[in-house]
Amino acid sequence: MIPAAFEYARPDSIGEAVRLLSRGGDETKVLAGGQSLMPMLRMRLSFPDLVVDVGRIDELRGVRDDGDRLVIGAMTTHHDVMRDPLVREHAGLLAAATATVADPAVRHRGTLGGSLAHADPAGDLPAVVLALDAELVTTERTIRAAEFFRDYLQSALAPDELLTQIRVPKLTGWGYHYEKFHRVAQAWAVVGVAAAVRRDNGRIAEARIGLTNMAPTPVRASATEEALAGADATGPAVEEATRDAAEGTRPSADASATPEYREHLARVLTRRAVLAAAGPERTA
Amino acid sequence: MTTSSEPEIGRARLRKEDARLITGQTNWTDNITAPGLLHLAILRSPMAHARLDRVDVAAARERPGVIAAFSGADLAAEQGSLPCAWPVTEDIVLPDHPPVAVDEVRYAGDPVAVVVARDAYAAADALEAIEVDYTPLDPVLDLEAALADDSPLVHADKDTNRCFSYHQPCGDYEAAKARADVVLHRRYHQQRLIPSAMEPRSVVVLPVAAAGEYTLYSATQIPHILRVMLAVTTGIPEHKLRVIAPDVGGGFGSKLQVYGEEVLALILAKRLGRPVKWTETRSEGNLATHHGRGQIQDIEIAATRDGTLLGLKADLLADMGAYLMLLTPSIPILGATMFPAIYKMDAYDFRCTGVFTTQTPTDAYRGAGRPEATYAIERIMDDLAAELGRDPLELRRHNWIKHEEFPYTTVAGMTYDSGNYEAATDRAQVLFGYDELVAERAKRNEQGDIFRLGIGISTYTEMCGLAPSRWLRDMRSGAGGWEAASIRMLPTGKAEVITGTSPHGQGHATAWSQIAADVLGIPFEDVEVLHGDTKLAPVGLDTYGSRSLVVGGTAVYEAAQKVVAKARQVAAHLMEANEADLEFSNGAFTVQGSPEAQKSIQEVAFAAFTSHHLPDGMQPTLSAEHVTDPDTFSFPHGTHLCAVEVDTETGAVKIRSYVCVDDIGKVVNPLIVEGQVHGGLAQGIAQALYEEAVYDEDGNLTSGTLADYLVPGAPDLPEFVTDRTETPATSNPMGVKGVGEAGTIASTPAVVNAVVDALRPLGVTEIRMPCTPERVWRAIQEAKEASR
Repeated sequence: MIPAAFEYARPDSIGEAVRLLSRGGDETKVLAGGQSLMPMLRMRLSFPDLVVDVGRIDELRGVRDDGDRLVIGAMTTHHDVMRDPLVREHAGLLAAATATVADPAVRHRGTLGGSLAHADPAGDLPAVVLALDAELVTTERTIRAAEFFRDYLQSALAPDELLTQIRVPKLTGWGYHYEKFHRVAQAWAVVGVAAAVRRDNGRIAEARIGLTNMAPTPVRASATEEALAGADATGPAVEEATRDAAEGTRPSADASATPEYREHLARVLTRRAVLAAAGPERTA
Repeated sequence: MTTSSEPEIGRARLRKEDARLITGQTNWTDNITAPGLLHLAILRSPMAHARLDRVDVAAARERPGVIAAFSGADLAAEQGSLPCAWPVTEDIVLPDHPPVAVDEVRYAGDPVAVVVARDAYAAADALEAIEVDYTPLDPVLDLEAALADDSPLVHADKDTNRCFSYHQPCGDYEAAKARADVVLHRRYHQQRLIPSAMEPRSVVVLPVAAAGEYTLYSATQIPHILRVMLAVTTGIPEHKLRVIAPDVGGGFGSKLQVYGEEVLALILAKRLGRPVKWTETRSEGNLATHHGRGQIQDIEIAATRDGTLLGLKADLLADMGAYLMLLTPSIPILGATMFPAIYKMDAYDFRCTGVFTTQTPTDAYRGAGRPEATYAIERIMDDLAAELGRDPLELRRHNWIKHEEFPYTTVAGMTYDSGNYEAATDRAQVLFGYDELVAERAKRNEQGDIFRLGIGISTYTEMCGLAPSRWLRDMRSGAGGWEAASIRMLPTGKAEVITGTSPHGQGHATAWSQIAADVLGIPFEDVEVLHGDTKLAPVGLDTYGSRSLVVGGTAVYEAAQKVVAKARQVAAHLMEANEADLEFSNGAFTVQGSPEAQKSIQEVAFAAFTSHHLPDGMQPTLSAEHVTDPDTFSFPHGTHLCAVEVDTETGAVKIRSYVCVDDIGKVVNPLIVEGQVHGGLAQGIAQALYEEAVYDEDGNLTSGTLADYLVPGAPDLPEFVTDRTETPATSNPMGVKGVGEAGTIASTPAVVNAVVDALRPLGVTEIRMPCTPERVWRAIQEAKEASR
């Protein structure tokens, strides 16, 4: 690894981290595990003056029960998120999607907050928090997931603002499924579908669907969510409702897929994800 | 010493080098350091093709920590031209290949300037201060367009992008075709591949300036060849140059090369009088380490209605890339005789045209020419079976060389010494559950299942064990193909085996120990194998082309026999017996009829060391050397069967089962064989489904990192079922055949055949490699359109 030179700071508290960030300005990067920043430094795609490593701030870690929601520290690693009993019980979709992120070594380093702040639409977790209507708490404010992801690799965070918590509404008892379509196990999703479904006597009472890598930001399959409300949880009904799953998306072209193919995948995978989510209840 | 134990040859021993490799208690080239070490960094062209109007390194020289910076023009007098050692035709076009471009860059990644600095960070930083003015020239990317009269030229001074044309007619193909009931023509594409060895390339040069001596460490497969070539290229006398390949982490052909960076590190260390190191980054390697494959194959097969093959024609366009490197033009030619494979036919016609493009040079990649040949013949055999409505295994059985017909000289003039295609295929069919899978496929097709089942076959053979020196001469190679070994028994009864092979993952330390221990009758643990250093192991031709066991291992075996022969003379003298009356087993000489009197080989070694009681005229010490120049190649073969499930909605392909039964003759170490087969399968499957070096229309490599160039890992691969039949080679004393490339050669067509087989009922006949989900999905859509 031969990055360009940068200053490095490892604050012990949120306050100190914010002071460092406000001092540094635009050319400061937060190191929140390193899943994405380290490769960018290594390939000289990023030239920060200062790297603020928030990996030793204990208060940024952990999961707690907060009534009708879970509060997850931004620096909780993927490994800890996917194994956490509270997450598995009340936000199974998040646990399931997190288990597909990268590989075990990266999951021990990478963090939920880091992944969200990086705002990569090909990352698995932005679409999940979007589908779950999570709230992202920063040192300044609380931002709804729907307003957090602004553009490709651009979040709503100001340069001197640190993401501290993710508040995830409990969807206890909902069915869920993360359908990740990728070419090799370690690769990003070509397309991913995060689906959570509230079932009611063989019908789908409510569905929340987030799409990975279908636009410069994660997006909700809103047309399909509406069409699914009240639909039978059967193959033909779900197929009908998921025909519009790619509506409103703006997928990119790359070596793995053309936009046309991504739209096709979005429809097929949304149907499969919803059917899997609406299937027999499972235990965490 | 009468411990009767099972023979060493054939034992599944754990590799003795692994403890060192796995714990990192070893030297990789990049770990090597020296006082005053300088670091080399290379500025590379961001363009596929451009004229260099100005290269200004002045600002880089002013950067902190920088010792020197040079353009290609600055180095022109001493950098020479990188060698091509195998000009395959008399009139081949051989362009100049400076390690750093002087006037023109010809691929994205072509070196433009170099910086030498006190640390790697300073060197990388200083690259950004180099100013270069480029005038873009037209890229040359398409093999067919490159041959058109109006094509832009990769090398303007050569007036053509045609590097060579090679033609090998065998029999009268047109006459055979005229007799045929069925003639099929297919076009197959071999995509470019990036070898992706685990360890990146690295070179360190330690000069002793006062003596004019240089020690060059390199992560190379070929320390011996590299030494010769560096001497020729740089003018540094060969005897003043020591080349060491320390532990090397994989190569797959990519380190069978004389690279510009090796030349540069050497001439810069000479010029600056200080140690110089260069280590590539992964993305730099994707650009600048040679690529593999890159072929368009026009294949025609002629047969009678009953499925008897009459003739085969192969006409190839082979992508050389921008320059000819060590073996570039020979790679497609190494497949020239292998398109007819295991099949009998009357006529065969092979043509190959080498084409220059403005892309990274190509050269050896695991299999080198034979995977391309095997892919073409095994694909078209499946297509022919479909055309004739025959079971593809039965069609092969109908045409292959029968066991009792060996040795057999093929239509292409290769004499296969041994083989038993029937045995390997019968075994594979049983392990695979062929009939059950055929039934399941039919059921799914009938039901219109979304997930279709496909069965792919590859009954391959290949030629390996490079190579008879006279064959190489006839093929215009610049070198021979022998291999050397020497064995010395030490005074305490231990043995050192010095081999000219240069392992980089193959396990020679273990396998050669087994061979030597077996012949000498000493414990496996008492053998040490020395390799990869031109001072320790001065004679050798290194490791590539599945040659090491067949050629180098045979040399070890023969050298050990010579040691025993001398030991027998000494023992007879010591025991006051006739040599002819001595028996040698389990490391001890005994006199026939009186087994109580014996001399162990260790005792003999000590006696040869003290030299107190040697026969008159015998030289002291117990050692021997042998150089093996093989008479012919080795021809491993086998039957690979692959079952895939294709998701017809998404195009995703999942390998459900993979069975291979390989015949590699006698086996020295079944564990090493298993490892070679697994790795080979992974790489062959990778070509079928995952990997492709992709250039955009401007000639930029868009698969420049491991995020875009998809190397599969364990989770992406099925559990392999491997087995062997054993038909000993008759061309070497141990009866062994090469195994390093067999898995790669066999597996690619097995997988693609399976994918196409799954989709044939939908009207799909061809999918280009790699069979990505989108390509598979599109093939299905196009077939649907066509059937409307």
